[in-house]
Amino acid sequence: MIEMQDVYKTYPNGVIALNGISVRIKQGEFVYVVGPSGAGKSTFIKMMYREEKPTSGKIMINGVNLANIKDSKVPLLRRNIGIVFQDFKLLPKLTVYENVAFALEVIEESPKNIRKRVMEVLDLVRLKHKARFYPDELSGGEQQRVSIARSIVNNPSIVIADEPTGNLDPDTSWEIMDIFERINDRGTTIVMATHNREIVNTIRKRVIAIERGKIARDEVKGEYGYEA
Amino acid sequence: MRLNTLRRHFRESFKSLGRNGWMTFASISAVTVTLLLVGVFLVIMLNIQHITKQIERDVEIRVHVDLSATEADKDALRAKLEALSGVEKVTYSSKDEELQKLIESFGEDGKSFRLFEQDNPLSDVFIVKAKDPLDTEKIAKQIEPLPSVGKVKYGKGQIEKLFAATKTIRNVGLALIVGLLFTAMFLISNTIKITIFARRREIEIMRLVGATNGFIRWPFFLEGLWLGVFGAVVPIAIVLSAYSYVFDLLYPKLKDTFFQLLPFYPFAWQLAAVLVLLGACIGIWGSMMSVRRFLKV
Repeated sequence: MIEMQDVYKTYPNGVIALNGISVRIKQGEFVYVVGPSGAGKSTFIKMMYREEKPTSGKIMINGVNLANIKDSKVPLLRRNIGIVFQDFKLLPKLTVYENVAFALEVIEESPKNIRKRVMEVLDLVRLKHKARFYPDELSGGEQQRVSIARSIVNNPSIVIADEPTGNLDPDTSWEIMDIFERINDRGTTIVMATHNREIVNTIRKRVIAIERGKIARDEVKGEYGYEA
Repeated sequence: MRLNTLRRHFRESFKSLGRNGWMTFASISAVTVTLLLVGVFLVIMLNIQHITKQIERDVEIRVHVDLSATEADKDALRAKLEALSGVEKVTYSSKDEELQKLIESFGEDGKSFRLFEQDNPLSDVFIVKAKDPLDTEKIAKQIEPLPSVGKVKYGKGQIEKLFAATKTIRNVGLALIVGLLFTAMFLISNTIKITIFARRREIEIMRLVGATNGFIRWPFFLEGLWLGVFGAVVPIAIVLSAYSYVFDLLYPKLKDTFFQLLPFYPFAWQLAAVLVLLGACIGIWGSMMSVRRFLKV
């Protein structure tokens, strides 16, 4: 469960990114975050995995207030959150398998569990047969699937995606959405920032629209609502 | 920490050394040159210190007893000398013993002094040794006003000069060593910065998936350690073989003088240990300096 109360964020250069945000996202929800560029979407997303700290306000994730936790506790928080980016952030010198296993190795999971978990999630994103490939041998959609596999390999309760389809063609984007829906079906909360009007209007979910640092709309089964 | 993790850290640190081959080479060379100079300075400084210690040990205060002093006066003086703070030992040497020493010290020519055996013009002497040779002058000043004291001699002037000279050498050497160590640290810190730069994507992902800072830091810590330790190998070999050569050359010539060099063992082991330790410290310090900035959340 994610809960924000009166969250404000002003960057050191004076830019006001968030101007009083209060929102509550229940466990297992699927939420789109939409809004024009520079409206505060990215900051809103970054708050949830504490890449940015709020200037004031409370951000509760599974009962922990991120505004208060020490830097040294951030790694533990992130083990419970999967993060997916527009640019995949894969390591080019590691194979698909190694890229996914990397997320477990660095949190010192046992080798036996690593093998089991990695094969499970590669199966889920339908890339088991390409486990030995390197990222540059894959299409963009496949690379994004690898990065999704990496984000869920340690069974996080929340997956945060920052424009995961931003770099992909429409067909591939649908594939990626299909995977997110399946992850959501297993009870994982999904928060996705997106500019993809078609997806938002077709796969109807809760839509939070952020404009000038405030929540402009919050609708169950909402629409994208902006001109493309 | 799991054994697997440790193995991973070792593997990663060596991989990174290999991947940044030239920078690795440059850093190790920097450490090598630094430690070579430090090693040479250390050998010279420690030997100078060893020699001054020996000379200092021979510094003594000769207290001539006034000719009119009675046995009781002498006993009283002795008690007072022993009571002075900082005095290690007081030995008595009668005027007859003094004459005997004088005659002996002149060898064959000393025989002419035999004449004085009948009517000894010398004084009885208390030889006072200070616990710390540097206190010699202070103690001598305290002795001068005591009753029954004639002259007080302690090589005034020369001792001060000797002490001042050794002090200067020590300070200059230390300043040079510290300067060299800093240079090497910054070179290592730069190397590691480059290797971190090459791996910043990896670090970014590690942080996103929840690796602790300690975990991220380990390979760089080890990398710095290797740079420092490998850099110490050549200086140790050169300094020790040079020292053993010089020692063998000078030992027979210096055998009967004040100037005794430090014996090769255990000095060799101590020096090697110091150089490895210094190398490790500058390596680790250099790498930790550059990792720190990349780990700010």
